[in-house]
Amino acid sequence: MGLQQLLFSAILLLGIGFFAFNVKRLIRSIRQGKPVDVIDRKKERTFAMIRLAFGQQKMQRNVLVGVLHLVVYLGFLIINVELIEIIIDGVFGTHRALSFLGAGYDLAIALFELFAFAVIVSVVVFWIRRNLMHIKRFRSAELKGWPKLDANLILIIELVLMFLFLGMNAADYALQLRGVAHYSPAGSFPISSWITPIFNSWSDGHVIAIERGLWWAHIAGILGFLNYLYYSKHLHILLAFPNTFYASLDPKGKFENNATVTREVKAMLAMEAADPNQEIERFGAKDSTDLTWVQLMNAYSCTECGRCTAACPANQTGKLLSPRKIMMDTRDRATEISSSKGVKDVAEHTLLDHYISREELWACTSCNACVEACPIGIDPLSIIMKMRQYIVMEESAAPGDLNAMMTNIENNGAPWAFNAQDRLNWVSD
Amino acid sequence: MSELKIKTMAEFLAEGQAPEVLFWVGCAGSFDDRAKKVTKAFAKLLHNAQVSFAVLGKEESCTGDPAKRSGNEFLFQMQAMANIEVLNAYEIKTIVTTCPHCFNTLKNEYPSLGGHYEVLHHTQFLKQLIENGRLSVSGGTFKGKRITYHDPCYLGRANEIYEAPRALIAKLDAELVEMKRCKRDALCCGAGGAQMFKEPEKGNKDINIERSAEALETKADIVAAACPFCNTMMNDGITQHNGSSAVKDVAQLIAEAKDL
Repeated sequence: MGLQQLLFSAILLLGIGFFAFNVKRLIRSIRQGKPVDVIDRKKERTFAMIRLAFGQQKMQRNVLVGVLHLVVYLGFLIINVELIEIIIDGVFGTHRALSFLGAGYDLAIALFELFAFAVIVSVVVFWIRRNLMHIKRFRSAELKGWPKLDANLILIIELVLMFLFLGMNAADYALQLRGVAHYSPAGSFPISSWITPIFNSWSDGHVIAIERGLWWAHIAGILGFLNYLYYSKHLHILLAFPNTFYASLDPKGKFENNATVTREVKAMLAMEAADPNQEIERFGAKDSTDLTWVQLMNAYSCTECGRCTAACPANQTGKLLSPRKIMMDTRDRATEISSSKGVKDVAEHTLLDHYISREELWACTSCNACVEACPIGIDPLSIIMKMRQYIVMEESAAPGDLNAMMTNIENNGAPWAFNAQDRLNWVSD
Repeated sequence: MSELKIKTMAEFLAEGQAPEVLFWVGCAGSFDDRAKKVTKAFAKLLHNAQVSFAVLGKEESCTGDPAKRSGNEFLFQMQAMANIEVLNAYEIKTIVTTCPHCFNTLKNEYPSLGGHYEVLHHTQFLKQLIENGRLSVSGGTFKGKRITYHDPCYLGRANEIYEAPRALIAKLDAELVEMKRCKRDALCCGAGGAQMFKEPEKGNKDINIERSAEALETKADIVAAACPFCNTMMNDGITQHNGSSAVKDVAQLIAEAKDL
């Protein structure tokens, strides 16, 4: 085995190994969440995943963006088939090991090139939309700093990877045309053949160096990008699938009934004997660890696209609430807890208050526009409601007007101060 | 007006009879002046269609929706269990309500607490009555008028009922003009999530101002509502814009078309 092959195998193992390590960290972060019963209705869940994640149904609501996103998605999916060959070539020192497939191989390479070109066009449009056009959801306060850089880095990495792929093919094709040893003719190059003439005046040695250099940069770039995922908002390319699978299948208006409260209320109404050994857990959510693992997975799946925030009536009318920020804060807090020790329950440093303010939570109208808008089934509303539960049931700290409303319900069975005896007054009014 | 005869469940039970449906009036429908008109209009339509219906009267209590959306799960479940006890004691099978918040809570959140009923929003029920030939509607006063319909969040997005209210409006021979955001993209009126009962957080405008401006953009003569809270919010917004569109519930439009 040559030095190149050894080096390749080492880099490949390192790249995949570190990715596996980060996947484990991610799973540990998500598992901080509480258990939740989501193993029912597997058929419907699978169908939802096919529709939303594979089919990107909701992305197609804006046709231009939907099609471009589909191109990038299919492009990466299809071009990564090429990885199989790159790995074989890298480990065994072969050149285009799969070229024995003949016409099918030529067609595949041609298709990869066409997709690479389409991905470049899409990514450029995305970059322009994000940076040059005044699209409100790309200019929200929560995107300042790292989130904006992260988004642009992802676009730039994708662009560079596509250029590396096409450049590698162009140099390869030049060498094939010259009949250089080891570079036997294989593949069809509808896009990169336009680049090949650049190498006309170059010596064989230089073109081989370029071909090798780009080939290495391409595979190293892919492994690098794979490992960048964990540190970026880009995890949706993996998590969109489980996220859509485990998303709620119920009508959006159905909010979960808190089971702990049900036990308490039944005991209070003497419908059930209270279990003295029952440990009462915290009502609602003060910190990310009070949420379910599905809610935490939601947070890690978020791509910060901001469709939720753009649809939010509170956000549109200048309130502090942004459903996207709820998800980003939840993710950042969950990562903080899982990656460090000792900060878990330090007073004042919890998801509530340190990350998400009460003003944000009380601005929500529970209208479900954010849930409807999310292309991959994230539910920011369920987190907002869980946090309101903590504020009201653990701290009795609801806004004064709401306390008055709740007192009315307790006393008169109506949110206003009217007497139940007057419920039929409308008949004779 | 005085001919309106309403029977309670207790009266039905005393006579040894059971009504076809229970009309869940709701707190707004019982106490809010605008909503009371909707309650009356719907009751007249039920009479007109010869539907045997009962109300709970003083035995009705808040479903607990605003408590739940405020985060007070305790109060919600206390209300729910008390209501379920009443409903189950009367062996209620079908409930119809003019309030999407009551509708959503009764339909989606009561079952896991022991309350299993067929729950219908009044627009669904009226549509059924027309389809079954029990209620007839012709345009009359609304012929040629422009009507826009505001989707309540708890009827639309929350339960995906977009067509029933529109089908009723279509019966009026009026011109249904949609706002730029409608159905699943409809903008909230600003009252959901217990916002009805508190001042909004600070921002640059109130949500109902934004939404009622959209309604006025359609140049509609009438803004049709299907929720007592939306009704109030849209009416307030239009008043603040000095708009001339009238805000009315779909049931009121049908009742007016029938001259009830």
